[in-house]
Parts: sequence; structure tokens; C-alpha cells
Amino acid sequence: MTDMKKPVLNDMLLLFIFSAVILLMPFWLEPFGAAYPDLLQKFAIYGIFAIGFNILLGLTGYLSFGHAAFLGVGSYAAVWSFKLLTMNVLPAVLFGVLFAGALAAIIGFLSLRRSGIYFSILTLAFAQMSYNLAYSVLTPITNGETGLQLDRSDPRILDRMFSEGEPAAGLPSTDLFGVTMSGYPGFYFCAVILIVCFFISIRIFRSPFGLMLKGIKSNQNRMQYTGLNTRPYMQTAFIISGMFAGLAGSLLAVTDPLAGAERMQWTASGEVVLMTILGGVGTLIGPILGAALIKYFENIFSSFNDTVLEQAFSFLPESVLDVVVPLMGLFVGSGWQLTLGLLFMVVVIFLPGGLVEGFNRIFKFIRSGKKRKGLVEPTQDQASE
Amino acid sequence: MGDLVLHLDGISKSFGGLSALSNVNLHVEEGTTHAIIGPNGAGKSTLLNVCIGRLKPDSGRVMFDGQELTGKQPHEIAQIGVARVFQTPEIFQEMSLLENVMLPAFAHRDGSFRFNANKLLSKQGEIRDEAEHILEDVGLKDQMMMEGGSLSRGDKRRLELGMCLILHPRLLLLDEPTAGMARHDTNQTIDLLKKIKSRGMTKVIIEHDMHVVFSLADKVSVLARGQIIADGNPDEVREDPKVKEAYLGGTQ
Ligand SMILES: Nc1ncnc2c1ncn2[C@@H]1O[C@H](COP(=O)(O)OP(=O)(O)OP(=O)(O)O)[C@@H](O)[C@H]1O
Ligand SMILES: [Mg+2]
Repeated sequence: MTDMKKPVLNDMLLLFIFSAVILLMPFWLEPFGAAYPDLLQKFAIYGIFAIGFNILLGLTGYLSFGHAAFLGVGSYAAVWSFKLLTMNVLPAVLFGVLFAGALAAIIGFLSLRRSGIYFSILTLAFAQMSYNLAYSVLTPITNGETGLQLDRSDPRILDRMFSEGEPAAGLPSTDLFGVTMSGYPGFYFCAVILIVCFFISIRIFRSPFGLMLKGIKSNQNRMQYTGLNTRPYMQTAFIISGMFAGLAGSLLAVTDPLAGAERMQWTASGEVVLMTILGGVGTLIGPILGAALIKYFENIFSSFNDTVLEQAFSFLPESVLDVVVPLMGLFVGSGWQLTLGLLFMVVVIFLPGGLVEGFNRIFKFIRSGKKRKGLVEPTQDQASE
Repeated sequence: MGDLVLHLDGISKSFGGLSALSNVNLHVEEGTTHAIIGPNGAGKSTLLNVCIGRLKPDSGRVMFDGQELTGKQPHEIAQIGVARVFQTPEIFQEMSLLENVMLPAFAHRDGSFRFNANKLLSKQGEIRDEAEHILEDVGLKDQMMMEGGSLSRGDKRRLELGMCLILHPRLLLLDEPTAGMARHDTNQTIDLLKKIKSRGMTKVIIEHDMHVVFSLADKVSVLARGQIIADGNPDEVREDPKVKEAYLGGTQ
């Protein structure tokens, strides 16, 4: 099927269902034990991160290994906005997006001179550079190892201008015109932004711009020989994608107002690659699915420890238990990345198109099953299909 | 006689020690079909690569309609109005035939950059109509929702021809456009190319199939071991003893 054949109506339906599913997460995730604000916020935020990443990887095929830099810059910009201007989240989000976009313009300009593995390595190098700078030279801005935090003595010019009297004791909290942006309100704020981002992503996928990016992925030569200057298009895709990452970074600061350099580390860049590939590169919904799944399992697996395992396997005889628990222990707690690695390998080997491809296959299988039932006598060929 | 539209002046190109083109001069008249023939490895594709900016010549220059093409980027040359069908089809394998033909139209229109991310593909009716029309011309309309990669080699070439036609090029370079086609399809392609000819587009065509050459070409140049050894009307060239010798020598 081509993108053009799908009527616009379908996209609107998709957006509607998507919005409903996201906004109702606190209810339907209850049975999975995932319906608490901290985790829901992460689903939404990393969903945004992955959507943006997919605009680059899914459409143009360029694999960036440095998107954590934009996430980090988004967080720092947001926290500075809280410190200097106001605890209102809107300027924080705006600055997060703008600064990440500016950094993406620079890194993109330099990295897009190369393609393939060289591009990936360049982005990785720039992100590691940003990380190291945040740790050392830029300490006045980033507060180095401790991380950037709010302080009671922060100027907060705008807030001071409009509020009289003594500030309340303790640290102020982030807010949107009086509504505190933690807990469920924080989630709903992130969720609404996620829905907007999803809409933007649909529109980009269905635009001539999106088609041209796909053309660059499919056959960059052909695009050039038909008269397309690919550089500005790649540069734009890279900046958009960086802005999404900056947005996600600023939302991390909105829900928890601190920023540390570790947010820029290469593991964070790798994580978004995993999310996107796990869910399905180049699909609309896949990256969000991948992001939610990884955050969900991270939450479960990393909370396990040996005591929990011993309880879970207490039905086993002692001698077996002594072997099983340490073995399983490798895969949970701080070792949960090992589980993630295995999961990732399984998906890449058996479902290169990610979970979305998996669902498509199941869907097709069910449909063909129905068709088969409709036949009187299935022939050998059809049955083995 | 029409005006000269494409000029190749003393083009030389070597790969390492191998001299693929040496001092090639070629003049193509506006609105004509100019065939380039020659044995395998003669340098025919290399010559086209130089024209479209894929390769930089070691010396010499390419002039098109008074503009120098040498040194320009491929996309700039394409914007000037030069399109090419490649020897190994350059299409978008994963896209539908319709998208394959529409995409070059967008690329050509918004080549130097236009932020059209807020437009919808489904609202680009004009380009879609034209793409369907062209698919009909090249005989692929019925399959327009199929993926490009699923086509046979001959059909891929026709698709690529369609992808070039939607650009309305002033100069169309065709690198063995009928290779891999059955007789019937070859004849269809000849008819199609004749139809384009009547629209006044200049064409340079590389062909091995003499039937195609003699049905289409106004002029023929023979390239052997990187040098033009004969030039002229199809009939003259056919009778040229040097050409007969080159063909025997080259395919030995
Ligand atoms: N990019 C390249 N690098 C090195 N050698 C090349 C390159 N391109 C072409 N050649 C060599 O240059 C010579 C001319 O090649 P070219 O492809 O132009 O021949 P051709 O006339 O198109 O032949 P054919 O009829 O087989 O397509 C050949 O010997 C080829 O091996
Ligand atoms: Mg060739």
C-alpha cells in the first residue's frame, strides 16, 4: 500500500484512537501495575523522544548515535528557565526546543557531510564531546557532577515581578498557570504534547517533504539526478528530530526539575535507537510502542533483587534455588540491560521490522485463517501457506 | 541544421592507469536523437557520467545550451534540464510505481529547498494526474500500486524513463534503455521514444541493439577504447570500415 492511497480520514481516526489510548493510560494500565504518574510521564516523554528520532532514522535512514546530546541540552535549558525566569513550564519547554534545535543545526551541519557509519560515528563523537564538556569545562553552566538544580536563592525574575510577599518555604515546584506539574497533571501535560507530536509526525510522513526524505533513504543518487539538493532536506530533518529530543529533555526537567550530564551519555543515545528499532523503524506508532515497552520493563526488571527472586522461586528445592537465583539475578536489578540486550537480539533476528511487523503478521495470519475457514476444502498449498 | 545544444570538448578521463576516455569531442544538435554505439568497455557510460556530474573529467569541458556543466553538482545539472536513464535502473525499490514517478516531480520542483512538510501528498492532485498519465505512456498504469522492486528488469527501465519524462528534460540521456526487454517491449519503447522525439526533446542514446539505433537515431557516433572513431548519419557509419574493424576488435 502506498501512503497516498490511505485517505486522510484514516489518519484522523488513527489520531483519535491514539489520543484516547494515551489519555486513558492511567485507567487501562492499572492491571499492569504501571498506572502511576512517574512511569506514565516517562512513557509520554520517551515516546516524544522516539517519535523525533524516527523522523530521522525512519524517513532518511540516517542513524544518529548522538541524540542524547539534544535531550541533555533540552533539560539544561529548561532548568535554567526555571532558575532565571519563572517556574512556568511553557518558557522552559520553548527554550528546551530552541537550544536543542540550535545544537542540532551545528552538529547536523558537521555530521551530514558524511553518510552511513561515518555519520553515526560523527554524531556519537559530538555527543560524547557535549557530555564531557558538560562535566568539565562548562561546570558554571551545568554544575558538573552534581547536576543543575533549583535553589531558593534563584532570581526567577518573572515570578518575582508578579508575586508580592515572601516566597514560600522550600523549593518551588514547576507549574502551568498555577497547576503544579508533578503527578497526574504533569502526565497529562506530557500526554497532550505527545499527541501534538504524533500529529506532527503523521503530517510529516504524509507530506511531499516526508516522501522526499524517504526518497533519500531509498535512493539518494536518484534524488540528486532528478534535481534535489539533498543537504538542506537532511539538515531540516536532523534539526526537527533534535528539537523533538530537546522537547523530551525539557519535559524531563518539567516533571523533575534537575539536569545532569549523564542524560547526555551514549547509553541514552543508544536507548532511543533500541526503542525505535524494537517498535518498528519508519512506522508511525512503533517508536512510541518501543519507548513505552522499554520503560515498562526497565521499571519492572530493575526493581527486582535477589530477595524478590527468592520469594518468586520459593517453591523450588533449596539446592536448585541456590543456582537459579544468582543466575536470574544477572538479568534483573542493575543487570536488566542484559535482558534488554537479549530482547533486542530476538527482535532484530526474528522481526527486523519490529513489533509493528509482528502485529501485522499476526493480523494477516488471523485474516488468512478466516479466509481459509470460508473455503470448503483447503488444498494442500493453501494450508501450508 | 539545428543549433548545437550539447558540446563535449576534449574530454579525457582515466581510472588509475586505465584511460576510459581520451580527448572525446561530441556535438549534438538541438532536437535530434544522437546514438552512441561501441563495444563493451568503450567508455560510453563513463561519457554520460561526465555529462551529469557523477564523474569529473580529468580535462575538457561539457557545454549545454551555452552553460558549462563541468564542475556543477548533479542536482544543479538536473535542474538545468538534463535527465538520465541509467544502465542499471535507479528507482525507488520500496515505493509504488506511482510514488516512483511523483517523487521526481517534487524533487525537481522543490529541488533547492522548500519546506513543504505542512502540505499533504493527497492534495497534490496535479502532479498525481501527470504521473498517472506518464505511467500510461510507458505502459505501467495498471500496475501503478505495485512496488518498484517487484518489476522485471525491462519494466524497471520503462519506469525510470517515466521518472525522467515527468521532469520535462531538455536533454535526455538514455543508457541502453531497451536492454533486458523482449522484442515486443523494445518496439513499444521505440514507439514511445519516437513520440517524445516529435515533442522536440534532444536525446543521447547508448544502444547495442542496431534495430533500435537505426529506427531512432539521426546521428551516430562510434566510441571505441575511449575515442570517437566515426561520426555521421546512420548509413554512413554502418558502411565505415573502421567501425566494422572496431566492433570485431573490441568484442574479440
Ligand atoms: N568508476 C570506475 N572506476 C574504475 N574503472 C571504471 C569506472 N567506471 C568505468 N570504469 C572502466 O572504464 C571503462 C569504460 O567503462 P564504461 O562503463 O564507460 O563502458 P561502456 O562503454 O559503458 O561499456 P558497456 O557496454 O559494458 O556498458 C571500463 O574498462 C570500466 O571498467
Ligand atoms: Mg555502459
